[in-house]
Order: sequence, then C-alpha cells, then structure tokens
Amino acid sequence: MKTRVKKTTDAARTKRGLLKRMSLQKQLIIMSMPFVIHRIIFSYIPLKGWLMAFQNYKPAYGWLDQEWVGLKWFKQLFSDAVFITDIRNTLAMSFINLTLGFVTAIILALLLNEIRNIYAKRFIQTVSYMPHFLSWVIVAGLVQNMLSTDSGIVNDILMKCGIADRPIPFLSDTKYFWGIVGASNVWKEVGWNTIIYLAAISSIDPSLYEAASMDGAGRYNKMLHITLPGIKTTFMMLLIMNIGHLLEAGFEIQYLLGNGLVSEVSETIDIYVLKYGIQLGNYSLGTVAGIFKSIVSITLVFIANRFAGNENKLI
Amino acid sequence: MKKRKKPTDIENIIFTTVNTIFMICLLVVTLYPILNTLAVSFNDGIDTVRGGIYLKPRVFTWANYKSIFSKGNMLTAFFISASRTVIAAVLNVVFTAMVAYTLTRKDYIFRKFITIVYVLTMYFNAGMIPTYMLIKDLHLLNTFTVYILPGLVSAFDLIVIRTFMRTIPESLVESAQIDGAGDVRIFWSIMFPLSAPVLATIALFCAVGAWNSWFDTFLYNGSSKNLTTLQYEMMKLLSATMNQSGTNAASMAARGENATGLQTPVSTRAAITIVASVPILCVYPFLQKYFVQGMTIGGVKE
Repeated sequence: MKTRVKKTTDAARTKRGLLKRMSLQKQLIIMSMPFVIHRIIFSYIPLKGWLMAFQNYKPAYGWLDQEWVGLKWFKQLFSDAVFITDIRNTLAMSFINLTLGFVTAIILALLLNEIRNIYAKRFIQTVSYMPHFLSWVIVAGLVQNMLSTDSGIVNDILMKCGIADRPIPFLSDTKYFWGIVGASNVWKEVGWNTIIYLAAISSIDPSLYEAASMDGAGRYNKMLHITLPGIKTTFMMLLIMNIGHLLEAGFEIQYLLGNGLVSEVSETIDIYVLKYGIQLGNYSLGTVAGIFKSIVSITLVFIANRFAGNENKLI
Repeated sequence: MKKRKKPTDIENIIFTTVNTIFMICLLVVTLYPILNTLAVSFNDGIDTVRGGIYLKPRVFTWANYKSIFSKGNMLTAFFISASRTVIAAVLNVVFTAMVAYTLTRKDYIFRKFITIVYVLTMYFNAGMIPTYMLIKDLHLLNTFTVYILPGLVSAFDLIVIRTFMRTIPESLVESAQIDGAGDVRIFWSIMFPLSAPVLATIALFCAVGAWNSWFDTFLYNGSSKNLTTLQYEMMKLLSATMNQSGTNAASMAARGENATGLQTPVSTRAAITIVASVPILCVYPFLQKYFVQGMTIGGVKE
C-alpha cells in the first residue's frame, strides 16, 4: 500500500518534473522542434505512399478510396524481365564502383603519403579534389567528349598508337558501359576518398617507421607493412558503412550517359522507378520497386551492423 | 667520406621515380578534360566539329559565351542557380547549427528522440514516387521553394556540426548561463561564431549540392521555364548531343564549311560547363583545410 502511494507520487513528480524541465528548456525546444517536424513531414510522412504498392493507384481518388490488389504489383515486378536485368545492372555497377573506389583510393592515399615535397603534395591533393566538386552533368559531358568517335582524345590516342584502326564507339557498345561508369566514378571521387585515409595515415605512430628503417626497410616495404595495416580499421569502417548502399549504384551517370543502344546494361532500379512510375504514370509499380530497394538496403545495414565491432555500430 | 649505396637507397630512388610518373599521369588525367573544354569553349563552334582541338583554341571566339548570355533562359538559369545556392547555404548552416547546438546540451529531454529521427533518415528513404506525391500534395511543384525546403537540415551535416561543437569547452556555456544568458543567446553569440571552421565546410557542401543539382528541376520544375537551372539546361544540351550521331555533326560541318559564329550543342555546352564550374573551382582551394577537417569528422561517425 505504502509503496503504491509512493509510486504514484513518484510518477506525479516525474510528470511534473518533465513539464517543469520542458518549460525550463523552452528555448531549446523552440530552436529544434520546428525542424524535427519539418524532417518528419519530408522523410517520414511520404512512407504512407507505400500503401500505393498494394493498390491499383489512380490519382483521381483519395488515399484510402483505392482498389486494393494485394501483392499483384510485387508479382508483376518480379516476373518483369526488365526489372530483373535492372537489378543485375545495379548490383554489377555498384560492385564495380565499390571495389574500384576502395582500391584506387587506398593506392592513391599510400602514394600521396610518400611524396616528400610538401608543396607538390599539397598541389596534387588540391587538384585531385577538384572533380568531386563538378556535377554529374558536367562529368557526363566530359566523358562524352573524351570518348567521342569524332574527336575524342581516347580514340585519337588509340588510333595513333595503332591499338585501334577505327574509332571505337565506346558509348554505344554494351560491353564498355559498366567500365565507363566505374572509371568515371574513380575519376570524380578518387581524390576525395583519400581524405579519410590520409587522416588515418597521419595518426600512425612515427616510431614504427623509425624502427623499420633501423631494420633496413625501404620505402616500399614500410608502405606495405606499416602504412597499409595502419589504415585497416578505417577501411573496415568505410566498408561496413557502404554495404547499406549496395543498391545505390548511382543514378545520374547512368541516366545521363545511357541511350537506347546500351539501355540493357545501363538501366538501374532508380531509372526503372523513374520510367515506369513517373514517366508512364504507373505509380503503384514504381513504388513497389522503390520499396524493394529500401527494404534490401535496411536489411543490409542491419546485417552490417551485426558484424561491425562496437565502435563501428551504425545505429 | 662517401658511403656506398645500400640496396634500400636504390629501392628508394626507383620508388620515387615511379611515384613521380604516377602523379604526373594523375594530374594530366584530372586536368585535361577541363582544359580541353576550356579550349573548346573559346573555339568557333563549326571549327570544333572538325576535331583536333586539344589544349588551345584554333579559331578564337567569344561567340559561345555571348550566345549563352544572350539567351533569356540561360540568364534565368544562372540567376536561379545562384539564388538557390546562396539561400540553401545560408539557411542550412544557420538552421543545422541551431539544431546541432540543442543536441550538445546533455540535459535536453528530446536529445535522443531528435538524434534518432535524423539518423534513421540516413539509411532509408520513402522513394522517388511517394516523395513526388508529397511534393505535389504540398503544392510545391513548379515553385522555387522546392529547391530549398525539402533539403533543409540533413542528418550528415547535423552530425558533423554536433561532433565539432562537442569539442568546444563546456565552461564557456556554463559561465554564460551564470551570467543569465538563454540558449538562443548562447547559441548565437558563443557557439555559432566558435563553430566557424565546420560551418564553412557545411556551407561549401550545401552550396556545391545546390549548385550541382539538376534532378529536382527535372522532376518538379521541368515545365516552368522561369525556374530552370544551369545544370538542367546543360543536361538538356547533353541529351541533345547524346542523340545526335557523328554523321549529323559531320554533315553540319560540311554545310557550314564557310560559315562561322554558329553555335553547336558541343561548344555551347563547353561554355556553360566553364561558367558552371568556375565559381566552385575558384572557391574550394581556399576552403581545403576546412573541408578536409569536416570530412574527417563526418567519416568517423559519432
């Protein structure tokens, strides 16, 4: 009896305490809550659109006055050969981007770290960050210019060296597309991606290098046996963070460089959503494709989170 | 006394040589596309179609630049792009810093709730179509607001700023509290100015994002000519050249053999590319110290 009374008074007290704290933190609430509501409106409210996946959505009717069709669109989506191809393209390009991105960034970071002249190093770093600031529209335009069959430098060089006797139509041949997307991504982001590795390298204990020098290790060996292991933690952390983005192969470059001749290798899930959902007006089908992507990504994040060490937890 | 070269010295020399060659290649590959575009943008449009423009223009002309700035839609596009960039950068920095400040107050009751609301958005999104429907329902289609409003205060920026603000000594806040300053006051006159380095980074990221985006114009404002952006205009020119086969360009060159001063999509696009990249390329080297720091904080989440 006594404890019960105590409990209620405790509850009352914490309730009063909460209100009191809220009124004390009035200014903090005014500073943050409008933006939280804004974020809920723009990121969480659209989730109600997922209902469209189970409806035969017609824009003329209200949200709940639609015809319910169960899993019809899911079945249709997964029996659509185009969608299956688009999943393949997304995974392939994403895998290429991930692997090439990591390998090139690590190599560049290791080599940049070996430049002794501080001015040269800084200059090269500044130049290497430059493409990150260009938009994909610009990069796609540059790629198109470089690979053009008319006067593109790549074809010019290939012909002058005798590797090709005719200009190669890079952008209209399906077998080059994934490579071009991978190379464009490397060109744009390799410098930028070194930032975090260089930060990790700068925190390696210098005495390790001194000890290795005493043992007669050259620069190549020091790089391989001290610097490379030194960035392993950073690499693992970035890898885990990127696993959730496996279905984000990028969308802009594929959309901008894609054309009728290469569409069977260039189309990603996002382009499918855009094409069927927005351009052809099949909102339900487009939504289903979007849901598929979100669910796979969230699942991957949770799996990655499981395998991550405590210090690398994502959520 | 002259020492004999040890094997490690030879190894080092080889290493340095290979590394230098590699870095020179990197510089060439990075810079050539932009320098080539610069040359094309100053070269006569019809002459460019003949090919062979590498690093300097053959038939120098200002015509490509004159033509883009004489077209009304390009001036509009430039103005809209510039306005959305400035507005997005300023509002995002002030608002994100404000929310970040509330998250640094350990006793704030909604701290955990707010963090979760934002962090979750880093890992999922409702998708293109539901978002499009929301924008439509809010009557934001064909408005300037759609460039600014949906992107205000993003999770990544918030975490970067919050992490930086946590390094500012608590005692500054405490002494201001003793002097009777409220949270708005503490934020605005202490935390905001002291966070300047990280705010510069976030301003740069927001500005670059706003300046470079074309997809929102394409999706939401494609039909309103007075809300077009530079990147969207460039994207339209890009698809024009994408669909134009080589033979078309060649026949155009044949027809215009003696005509000069005509603009082709390639040279117009080159000129817009330069106009669209120069502002950012002039600014970023000076902010390098800050964005490197910002990326290092952001990469190491929490």
